[in-house]
Amino acid sequence: MTWSEMQPLLSQACSETFSMVLWSTLIAVAAGLPLGILLVLTDRGGLLQNLVANKVTGQIVNVGRSMPFIILMVALMSFTRWVTGTTIGTTAAIVPLAIGGIPFFARLVETAVREVDGGLVEAVQAMGGNTWTIVRKVLVPEALPSLIASTTTTVIALIGYSAMAGTVGGGGLGDLAVRYGYQRFETQLMWITVLILAVAISLIQFAGDLAARSLHARGGRSGPAPRLRLLKAGEPAGAGTGKVA
Amino acid sequence: MITTTGLTKVYRSRGREVTALDGVDLHVREGEVYGVIGQSGAGKSSLIRCVNLLERPTAGTVTVAGQDLTALAGRGPRAGRELRRARSRIGMVFQHFNLLSSRTVQDNVELPLEILGTSGRERSRKALELLDLVGLADKARAYPAQLSGGQKQRVGIARALAGDPKVLLSDEATSALDPETTRSILQLLRDLNRQLGLTVLLITHEMDVVKSVCDSAALMERGRIVEHGTVSELLATPGSALATALFPVGGEATGADRTVLDVTFHGEAATQPVISQLSRTYNIDISILGAAIDTVGGLQIGRMRIELPGRYEDNVVPVGFLREQGLRIDVVGARHQEPVLVEEGAK
Repeated sequence: MTWSEMQPLLSQACSETFSMVLWSTLIAVAAGLPLGILLVLTDRGGLLQNLVANKVTGQIVNVGRSMPFIILMVALMSFTRWVTGTTIGTTAAIVPLAIGGIPFFARLVETAVREVDGGLVEAVQAMGGNTWTIVRKVLVPEALPSLIASTTTTVIALIGYSAMAGTVGGGGLGDLAVRYGYQRFETQLMWITVLILAVAISLIQFAGDLAARSLHARGGRSGPAPRLRLLKAGEPAGAGTGKVA
Repeated sequence: MITTTGLTKVYRSRGREVTALDGVDLHVREGEVYGVIGQSGAGKSSLIRCVNLLERPTAGTVTVAGQDLTALAGRGPRAGRELRRARSRIGMVFQHFNLLSSRTVQDNVELPLEILGTSGRERSRKALELLDLVGLADKARAYPAQLSGGQKQRVGIARALAGDPKVLLSDEATSALDPETTRSILQLLRDLNRQLGLTVLLITHEMDVVKSVCDSAALMERGRIVEHGTVSELLATPGSALATALFPVGGEATGADRTVLDVTFHGEAATQPVISQLSRTYNIDISILGAAIDTVGGLQIGRMRIELPGRYEDNVVPVGFLREQGLRIDVVGARHQEPVLVEEGAK
């Protein structure tokens, strides 16, 4: 296979992966952020303590987290058809990717928001702030560096998941590597896709770290920087699934 | 200004009950600095947090500036609009400052104003004015992490004042600071109390804090207030543990036939140089074994331990002289009962 044959395949696959990851990340963040915050607020001692709601939500998130992505994709097929009108193609793959990303991101948000010092919440309560004010002015801004790190981790995990989107004809780099590299023994093409994924993931991680760190920088030396490092160490999901391609 | 009646707080967890507050009646007058002192676990933190209902009392009422906050609280654990509005008129400063690290100093001070819905320009004018008041006008653009502990607490105080409160609650505001910084923060609280007529309720475990800024004090033990009053009233109370702790005197008799007296200076009577008068009038040599005296508003307040030559029986007349001056005299190591008349002499 010559480069001129590979090049259109690769650029098509890249744009498919990009589109799947972009849209599923946006949806996962939009839904996972409130969900993660609700998990904290409804917990024991939380501002909106509601243990029943907390347990139920927690269980749903756990099930979502523990389900292998490939199973989730198949299980969601009728839902996907209802949303997009089809079960195959890149758009159809976005639905299970987003659904898989929501509980993943929600747990990371929960951890990040829990780290916010309770004293800050109390201070704003003492000023007469309501729960919405506390979420907007304290929990989200104070957890922002961690939330950015969580988003990075989610993007990387979703890139990994998207490799399996080929199963439903979603295309993308992972699919290309399997169809050409594995099934047609085009080893060269396979290695190129792996290289592209590795570079992309490194760049995303770098950009995410940079963004998170620049937010810390204004907080000066005594900012909660160690927390970030912990989070990166504890992301086997992101690192592991990245290799699927 | 702040009144609590029968304030009780019981924490329940896993079937166990802990009574943090056990029927606390507190009365803080307008414009005074009131210190509540006690060891950790005495309930003072629960007390101050019940005043703005960050902690819901199990029983009893809290009235701040004539408003019954417990009546505003409603039934659920969430604070309704009325209670939130009342809270915005009560400033609070915390031991660990509780500043938002994501905001600049100025934005931290503006936060309560944002909650009150003040316009942007007015917020920034007010915040800069308050930062100037606490001596941090040049730090408006800095982030909290770039400040020292004392500076952070100044920001905390500026923030607490943003809503023009009449009452300031201070929850161990100086406990995380070194002695030098503690003094400057206390001085600031004192100045604000005088300049703005701010009523300050502070809790602390440091006797020095009470001694240097408080007009009145209360001692808490196991969820109850065991002693309270103005510093002068406390000194006038025989056997007051707070007075003894505020003005500690030590020293032993230097010989067998010596009389050791604790002289308590308090109230209007304590303006005369009584010790030298005593010495001149009766021509006796007086040794000072220990003393803890402060001058507050031109009056001397405190205690002194002095030694007179001869046994108590020989010194009845000099002791009588001191009592006539309106001082409270306790004979150290004396077996016999002190006459109750002493207290009347004090007033």
